[in-house]
Amino acid sequence: MFEILQYGFMRNAIMAAVLASIACGIIGVYVVVKKVTSLSGGISHASFGGIGLGYYLGVNPMYGLVPFSLLSAIAMGITSKRTKVAEDTAIGILWSLGMAIGIILIYLTPGYAPDLMTYLFGNILTVPLSDIYLMLALDAVIVFVVYAYYKEFMSLCFDEEFATVAGINVERLYLLLLCLIALTIVLLIKVVGIILIIALLTMPASLSSHYTKNLRKMMYISMFLGALFSITGLALSYTYDVPSGATIILVMSAVYLLHFVYHAVRPRIVRA
Amino acid sequence: MAEVIDLKDVWVSYGNTPVLEAVDLVVEDRDFLAIIGPNGGGKSTLLKVILGLIKPDRGSVRLLGDDPKKTRKYAGYVPQYISSNLDFPISVWEVVLMGCLGHKGPFRGYNEDDRKAAYEALKVVDMLDYRDRQIGELSGGQKQRVFIARSLVTRPRLLILDEPSTGIDSKRQREFYELLNRLKSEIAILLVTHDMSALSVYVDKVACLNRRLHYHNSKELSPKDLEAAYQCPVELIAHGVPHRVLKVH
Ligand SMILES: Nc1ncnc2c1ncn2[C@@H]1O[C@H](COP(=O)(O)OP(=O)(O)O)[C@@H](O)[C@H]1O
Ligand SMILES: [Mg+2]
Repeated sequence: MFEILQYGFMRNAIMAAVLASIACGIIGVYVVVKKVTSLSGGISHASFGGIGLGYYLGVNPMYGLVPFSLLSAIAMGITSKRTKVAEDTAIGILWSLGMAIGIILIYLTPGYAPDLMTYLFGNILTVPLSDIYLMLALDAVIVFVVYAYYKEFMSLCFDEEFATVAGINVERLYLLLLCLIALTIVLLIKVVGIILIIALLTMPASLSSHYTKNLRKMMYISMFLGALFSITGLALSYTYDVPSGATIILVMSAVYLLHFVYHAVRPRIVRA
Repeated sequence: MAEVIDLKDVWVSYGNTPVLEAVDLVVEDRDFLAIIGPNGGGKSTLLKVILGLIKPDRGSVRLLGDDPKKTRKYAGYVPQYISSNLDFPISVWEVVLMGCLGHKGPFRGYNEDDRKAAYEALKVVDMLDYRDRQIGELSGGQKQRVFIARSLVTRPRLLILDEPSTGIDSKRQREFYELLNRLKSEIAILLVTHDMSALSVYVDKVACLNRRLHYHNSKELSPKDLEAAYQCPVELIAHGVPHRVLKVH
């Protein structure tokens, strides 16, 4: 079993899973408690434009992703807060717009786009070392910003009006949170891909909320669950030679489902 | 020193519906002013204007001598409707500590002084025993007390309370007014209430708001003011209004 660890790709895959779980554990909790799941899904899909941009410019698509996902996060935040466009409408529009831009740019790029499927559905077994360094850097940024603004984010998610009266620039802080979500999405893309990200972002956090009512503990628990699920999924996908991103999501969904069935059924068993 | 609150000719409307018209209001240090008025009269809107949460169409708003956006962190505010996300994973203790937020900055966690202040504030509202509870598990009145504690924790220069006694039983209400009574020797208090019995005992000044503000910088309102505000004959409301509030002619 452990001899597979001697393969470089496997070590990279495990490192990628752990690095992804750190960002995913912290930011996923904010996504769940602030109830911005569909907005995050929107940022994730819109960032497909960044992949197109990377191909078009002939650079690593990850470098197109970072600015593009940040831009879509800010655009979504501003459209939903400042204009009269309803938030879900803004999300829907930018979601499709980003994807449309990506499709056009890939079409305009001569030749074909290698590993396009990797970006759409993830492939943790092919993460190169350069991406691991990028993930490490993004994790560092996320941890640093959350450490700095922990109280402020807490008040933003709990009670915006109070945060405003306390002198916090709520709009700016909200945009900062959306930017962190965008960076997390970039970090997760290689693991599960654009299409499946939202599950990875929300399921560990949502599960963790059943075990604690403390924000910080929720973050630790969902980091742990995220790492556990992705490494289990990774092992299964390697063993059975099936796509890793989808396997990780299936493992997670199965646990999630069992968890809820168990908690729905148990009270009846206990009473009987 | 500047007035605590200074509104001049403030007009507010939501779309085409006028809500406040030509409101002038001065509140000085250590004033204890109650605002009464019918539902929909604009009381909550007025408080939000004072805190700079709503920008008036016209007129000037000063809080502690400056733009409320700069000075509102020196005010304690208990909103009428709890705007918080109540399933949020946060304990009573953390909610009250959050009251110190305005005087911190990034990187700076809550310190021993903050914890002491939070402890005192929880003691004052008699909620110390509940400090480890998740906020959503409390009853309406208990939550209200926690939010009052949060507004007290920084020793604000001004306390703004929007119908705070709703959902609090009468014994606790008396304790609550006694608390305000003690606080008013140090700070200004602006209280929106329907609780007429409290007016006569604790409050120094009363204003009545129904789009326009009827206020004479005193505790007295004329039957004419009340009729204009409530738009019904004064006998119908006077039974609730203590005679010390109604001016005798
Ligand atoms: N956000 C809003 N949008 C539109 N109308 C509002 C809004 N908030 C309050 N109003 C209207 O403004 C009027 C005053 O409301 P409010 O200030 O809450 O009154 P009060 O606190 O005295 O009951 C009411 O007619 C209410 O329907
Ligand atoms: Mg009101």
